Amino acid sequence: MTVLELSRWQFGITTVYHFIFVPLTLSLSYLVAIMQTLWRVKKDDVYLRMTKFFGKIFLINFAVGVVTGIVQEFQFGMNWSAYSKFVGNVFGAPLAMEALLTFFLESTFIGVWIFGWNKLSPRLHLAAIWLVAIGTSLSAFFILAANSWMQHPVGYRVDPATHRVVLTSIVALLTNPTVLATWPHVFFAAFMVAGAVIVAASAWHVARHQDLDVFRRAMRLGLVVTLLAGIATAVTGDVQARMMETQQPMKMAAAEALYTTQSDASFSLFTIGSLNGDKELWSVRVPYLLSLISTMNPHGTVQGINDVQKAYAKKYGPGQYKPVIPVTYWSFRLMIGFGSLAALLAAIGLWLTRRRALPRSRWFYRVALWGLPLPYLGIASGWIFTEMGRQPWTVFGLLTTARSVSPGVTLSSVIISLTVFTLLYAALAGIAWWLTVRHVKAGAPAEAGQPGAPEPLPVFQY
Amino acid sequence: MNLATFWFILIAILWSGYFVLEGFDFGVGILLPFLGKDDAQRRTMINAIGPVWDGNEVWLLTAGGAMFAAFPAWYATLFSGFYLPLLIILAALIIRGVCFEFRSKVESPRWRANWDRALFLGSALPALLWGVAFANIVRGVPLNAAHVYTGNLLTLLNWYGLLGGLVTLSLFTLHGAIFTALRTTGELSQRARRTAVRVALAAVPLAAVFLAVTQYHHGRPATDVTAAAAAVALIGGTAAAVRGREGWAFTGTALALMLAVATLFGDLWPNVMPSSTSAAFSLTVANASSAHYTLVVMSWVALLFTPVVLAYQGWTYWIFRKRLASPAATPPATGRETPEPVGGRS
Repeated sequence: MTVLELSRWQFGITTVYHFIFVPLTLSLSYLVAIMQTLWRVKKDDVYLRMTKFFGKIFLINFAVGVVTGIVQEFQFGMNWSAYSKFVGNVFGAPLAMEALLTFFLESTFIGVWIFGWNKLSPRLHLAAIWLVAIGTSLSAFFILAANSWMQHPVGYRVDPATHRVVLTSIVALLTNPTVLATWPHVFFAAFMVAGAVIVAASAWHVARHQDLDVFRRAMRLGLVVTLLAGIATAVTGDVQARMMETQQPMKMAAAEALYTTQSDASFSLFTIGSLNGDKELWSVRVPYLLSLISTMNPHGTVQGINDVQKAYAKKYGPGQYKPVIPVTYWSFRLMIGFGSLAALLAAIGLWLTRRRALPRSRWFYRVALWGLPLPYLGIASGWIFTEMGRQPWTVFGLLTTARSVSPGVTLSSVIISLTVFTLLYAALAGIAWWLTVRHVKAGAPAEAGQPGAPEPLPVFQY
Repeated sequence: MNLATFWFILIAILWSGYFVLEGFDFGVGILLPFLGKDDAQRRTMINAIGPVWDGNEVWLLTAGGAMFAAFPAWYATLFSGFYLPLLIILAALIIRGVCFEFRSKVESPRWRANWDRALFLGSALPALLWGVAFANIVRGVPLNAAHVYTGNLLTLLNWYGLLGGLVTLSLFTLHGAIFTALRTTGELSQRARRTAVRVALAAVPLAAVFLAVTQYHHGRPATDVTAAAAAVALIGGTAAAVRGREGWAFTGTALALMLAVATLFGDLWPNVMPSSTSAAFSLTVANASSAHYTLVVMSWVALLFTPVVLAYQGWTYWIFRKRLASPAATPPATGRETPEPVGGRS
């Protein structure tokens, strides 16, 4: 165990965990805003109950997303101080912009929304949740711009005096083709999570014929969102694959464990074997598919790991430039597999509930519940793939992970922080899950507005 | 004035904004077990900061982001060097943040009592540790030629650092007591005001000694003025609290916090992190800052958007300005928590 290894584990754990909560808030903020808008426009109380029901799920998850985000802001400095010094000129800019332009927007107007029920004009109160939604997706843009710069550095030069990168064009940084492809991919994938959450929560009640007026509609909404978001995620992911082949050929080769450069390359659905370049034992392959997704041409040439390694050794000096192949190979498949399965199930669900039908089979509702983890697992696999696939680099071609770690931080410190974060986050996950399930089971009761009764306590207040 | 100095001042402003705003949030959290006699009163206190605490905390994130962008070496050295104290602060802020959202999601006295305890700790620990951290930054910490911190946790726990911690702890508590008095009514407000005066008996001397020692070792004429002004504002605020003028009292403690931060940053300049190992190893505004172009870009962003942020954040304080009424404390009945009345209504 070294400081480097444990710091990597800590970054992986805290970031994957943070991104369990963020996609749901990113997408559910829009969907709650849409529900509240429908209520204002249609004057139908069903949408108010829907807003309040899913609004509460949103808030529980938002809280965990916010507090785990604080760690993200500081752990670059804590564990990756060499990285921070090297990239601060460039990487710090989108981070500071994110804080100033979007964190304030989200945090301020979430307070306005929680406490503004019955206090603000309905229009102003509705504007608050829309501002939160816009804030969350802008926030995602800035942080993905920062991450995309690590994948594909643009708009910089290396200062020969300090050996650090210096920003030369903020416009190039914010219009990096990588972020323009990544942002929609992440944005739509996030909506698959909200769709799955809405479907699962609604199915639980529809199966029991509770609050059907709210949950029948919500379930259809969730299915439509999951399916459309699934298609959009696949399309944007496809754009990214070709970009990856030109920007980070090693990552694309590692995604398939393709060791030698090939034309007419096939894509293996799964492989039994060691993935170390020896002869595989058995695999299921789709002919031409790898060439097709990498180059848009079934006969296109896809570079292999060994050839890219040789080219990199020539360009960056002797060294090991391969990521951990089994991790990239399987995370790539799991990302696609989980995502596709979620979209497929949503399509089947839509078919079975067409023309206001409610399936009698208990299996329908079981699958709706069990489908909940699919988009989460797909997203986690996607992040693990793209970050592990970039290794050994933190900033592609410029700085390796081994040289990014804090030189002054001791092993015992990292053991303590890794333990604290892991335990704390596990406890939070348990509590957030328990609260959400408890809230979901309580359902979306009709408003009991008796005349003369004292004004009810605002639902969301602390 | 060059751009690096402009960003040094801007970061000082962000930190002072953070301490003024989250300072009273921390204070309310610290005073929760003492001032809130029953669940209704505790709810009233929490809901007094409810709409704004999250926005207040963003000042910290923005200060951190601004340091990363404008002074990468400062950001890197400070947060890797103060690793364990920062870890405690982060853990405390995490727990504290979910307290607000989770506390009233379950109608159970035990559930709430646990979250109230967590809120106390989550507020008290950062309130103490930020003071320890900033006192040590001004005092200087061991940095080697590569600007890497070579001390450990105990290095930071010197008497001056601990004094700084007690100063922020007591000042934030005072600030929070006055805020509670200002934002509530009736018996709770009265009690908060009396508590403020009692806390001031500790906070004022602690702050006075800390500022005097700081100025004696690190002061310059300009910061002698801000330090004296901080003391005057603090004493004036306390006097206003004694006389029941809560608005003025809050203005006093807010000004005192701003002026105290101005004093510390003024003493620091032109360093950002002096090295106690050798003055040659100190991180300075000049050697820690980003290149010109980054600072130009970030300056435009700051100039364009800071007024917008201040406007809408100020607006939220305006729309939630009405004092929160809470029922008078219910007498402790049978030793068990009494069934609560409808509390925390705004």
